[in-house]
Amino acid sequence: MDPVTNTIIRDGKQSVINPYDRFALELALQIKERLGGSVVVVSMGIPATARILKEALSCGADEAVLLSDRAFAGADTLATSYTLQLGIRKMEQRLGKFDLVLCGRMAIDGDTAQIGPELAEQLGIPHITDVEELLEVSQERLVCCRLADGERQKVSAPFPVLLTVNKDINQPRLPNIKGVLWAETAPLHLWNAAEVGADLKRCGLTGSPTQVVRTHVPLREQECKVLQGSVVEQLKVLQRLLKGED
Amino acid sequence: MAGLRINPSLCIGCGLCVSACPQGVLVLEHGIAVEQEGCILCGICVQTCPVQAISIEKEEILHENQQHSGIWIMAQLVGDGSLLPVSLELLGQGLRLAKERGCELSVLLAGAIDLQVQCEQLIQAGADKVYACQDASFDTGLEEPYYTWLTTMAKTHKPEVILVGATDWGRSLAPRVAARLRTGLTADCTVLNIDPETKLLHQTRPAFGGNLMATIISPNHRPQMATVRPGIFPLPAPVPEPKGVIIPCELKTRIVPLLELLQCETERSGRTLADAEILLIAGRGIGSPKNLKLLQILAEAIGADWGVSRPLVDAGWAEYQHQVGQTGSTVAPRVLLSFGVSGAIQHLAGIGRSECIVAINTDPTAPIFSAAQMGIVGDCVEIIKEWLKQIEGDSRVES
Repeated sequence: MDPVTNTIIRDGKQSVINPYDRFALELALQIKERLGGSVVVVSMGIPATARILKEALSCGADEAVLLSDRAFAGADTLATSYTLQLGIRKMEQRLGKFDLVLCGRMAIDGDTAQIGPELAEQLGIPHITDVEELLEVSQERLVCCRLADGERQKVSAPFPVLLTVNKDINQPRLPNIKGVLWAETAPLHLWNAAEVGADLKRCGLTGSPTQVVRTHVPLREQECKVLQGSVVEQLKVLQRLLKGED
Repeated sequence: MAGLRINPSLCIGCGLCVSACPQGVLVLEHGIAVEQEGCILCGICVQTCPVQAISIEKEEILHENQQHSGIWIMAQLVGDGSLLPVSLELLGQGLRLAKERGCELSVLLAGAIDLQVQCEQLIQAGADKVYACQDASFDTGLEEPYYTWLTTMAKTHKPEVILVGATDWGRSLAPRVAARLRTGLTADCTVLNIDPETKLLHQTRPAFGGNLMATIISPNHRPQMATVRPGIFPLPAPVPEPKGVIIPCELKTRIVPLLELLQCETERSGRTLADAEILLIAGRGIGSPKNLKLLQILAEAIGADWGVSRPLVDAGWAEYQHQVGQTGSTVAPRVLLSFGVSGAIQHLAGIGRSECIVAINTDPTAPIFSAAQMGIVGDCVEIIKEWLKQIEGDSRVES
C-alpha cells in the first residue's frame, strides 16, 4: 500500500481541520498500521493552512502537501478538485502510484460534498461516497459498507479508489509528543501553480464555472402566533390543526 | 489573473469590509481599504461595501453555449423499480423552468428492468421526452454506469440544464458528470428560477445551516447543473393531454463497473421521516427517556411519526434514524409539533420546509419560536400528558 491522500478544508487563520477529514485521516493511519505504506495529506489553501497540515503530521501522517498560490483563490469545487489532482499527481512522481484517496464526506462550511466525486473523476478512478465502515482491506482491494438513501450497501472496490467517509467511522486520535516532534521536521511541501504545472484557465476563480450572484438572509414568512389559555384549550387548537380544520 | 479590485475614488473608508473579511486581509490605509496578501476571493466584501467600491475581476473564457438547449431531469429508481418522488418533484419544477425558458423538458431514465410503466408515469406528468435506457449494466443501482450514460447523452444532445435529485445517489453521481463535462454544479438547491433577462438558471441554496441563502449561476459553462433537495417541491398534477414521446436508448457497449455490489439491505422500511405528514419532535426539554416514551405512545395513537433533536441522539435516548436537522433527516410534514426543542440553527435547517410548525417550549426566547407559525409557552410534557389522558378517556368511552 502506498500514499494515502486526504483533503482538508480550505482557508482561514483560525481555521481547523474539517471535522469530517479527521475521520478520513484516522482511517488512513489505521490502514497504514495494518498494511504498511505511507500517508500523505494534501490541501489547497493560503500559506497559513500549513498549521493544519502540521497537526495532521503530528497525528502520524508521513508527508504533507500544501497547494498555495494566488491563482488558486476563489476556486469552486471543480477548480479545487482540479488543483488537488495536480498535487496528487506530483506527489506520485516522488512516491509512486497511490492506492487510496480518502476524503471527509463534506466540509462543514460549504457542505457541497462534491469535492470527493469530482476529484475521483479528475484522477480517473472510481469512488464510493458515504462510507460507514471499512470491512476488509488487502493489498489488492477493499470492501466497505456504505449507507445511501436508506440502503446499506456492501461494496467491493479494486485499487486505486477514492472514498468519502462519514463521521463516526472511527475515533480520531490526538497527536502525542513523539508526533509533535516529528511534525517539526516532517516534509511539508509548499507548491505553487507553476510547480504543479497548473493550467491557469482551470484554477481559482478563473477556472470556476459557478459564481455567487447574491446572498440574502431568508425572510420570515409570518410571525409566530402564541396560543393563550389553559392546557386543555391549547390542546384543542392543536387537535383542530391536525385534523386540518384550521 | 482574477483578483480583487478596490476603487480608491469610490471608497469612503467606512471599514465595513475590514470587519466583514473572514480572512482578515483588508485594512484601512489613509482612510481607504487596501487588500493584503491572502485574499481567497470569497466575495463577502463585495456584498458588504455600501458604495460598490469593491469588485472581483474575472478573466472571462467564452464557450460555445448557443447550441445547448433543453432542460433535463435525471430520474432515480428505488429498489422495487418505482420512481423516487424527488424525480417527479423535479419534473414539476423542470416544466415550470422549461416554460420560462421556452424549451423542452426531457427526463433521462435508466434501469435494468422494463421501464414502460415509469415512462408512462413521466409522460402523464408532462415530460416532453423520456429517454429510456434498459440495460443489464444498471442492475446494481450503483452510480458508475448511470453517470457514464448520462455524460455520453449530454455530450450528444447538449442540454442547457441538468437537474438531479440531491439524494445520496444524486450527490455522488452529479459531481462525476459535472467534472467529466467540466461544468459547474450547485449542491442541494432549494429554489430554482430562470433569470428573465440573462435566461440563466438561478440556483439558490442554503449556506451556513440555512441562515444565509446563496444564489449561484454558471454563466459561461453548459450544461448548468444542480442537485435539488428532495421533499420541498410539490408533485406535479397529471397533464390533461400528455403529448410527450418515449425515446428508447441503447448502450453502445455494456458498461462494466469497477465497483462490485456484494450485498444490499434496506436500512429501514422504505418510509422515512422525510415522508411524515404529521411529525412530533422531542428536544432536550422533554426531560427524560420516560417522557420521550410518552411522546412515542402519543405519536402512535394519533398516527404521527416522531423524531428528536440531536442532543437526544447524542445522549443515547433515540436512534440516529430519528434525528432531525442538518446532520439528520430533512423533513417536510404538513404539521410539525416541536416539544421542548430550543431550535439550534442546525435543527432549523432540517425543519424549514414544514408547512406548519408549532413550537412548545418553556422559554419564550427560544429560537424555535422564530421558525414556528404557532407557539405555546409552557411545559411540553404537560401537553403530552393531557393529550394522552384524553385519548385514554375516549377509548374507555368507546369500549
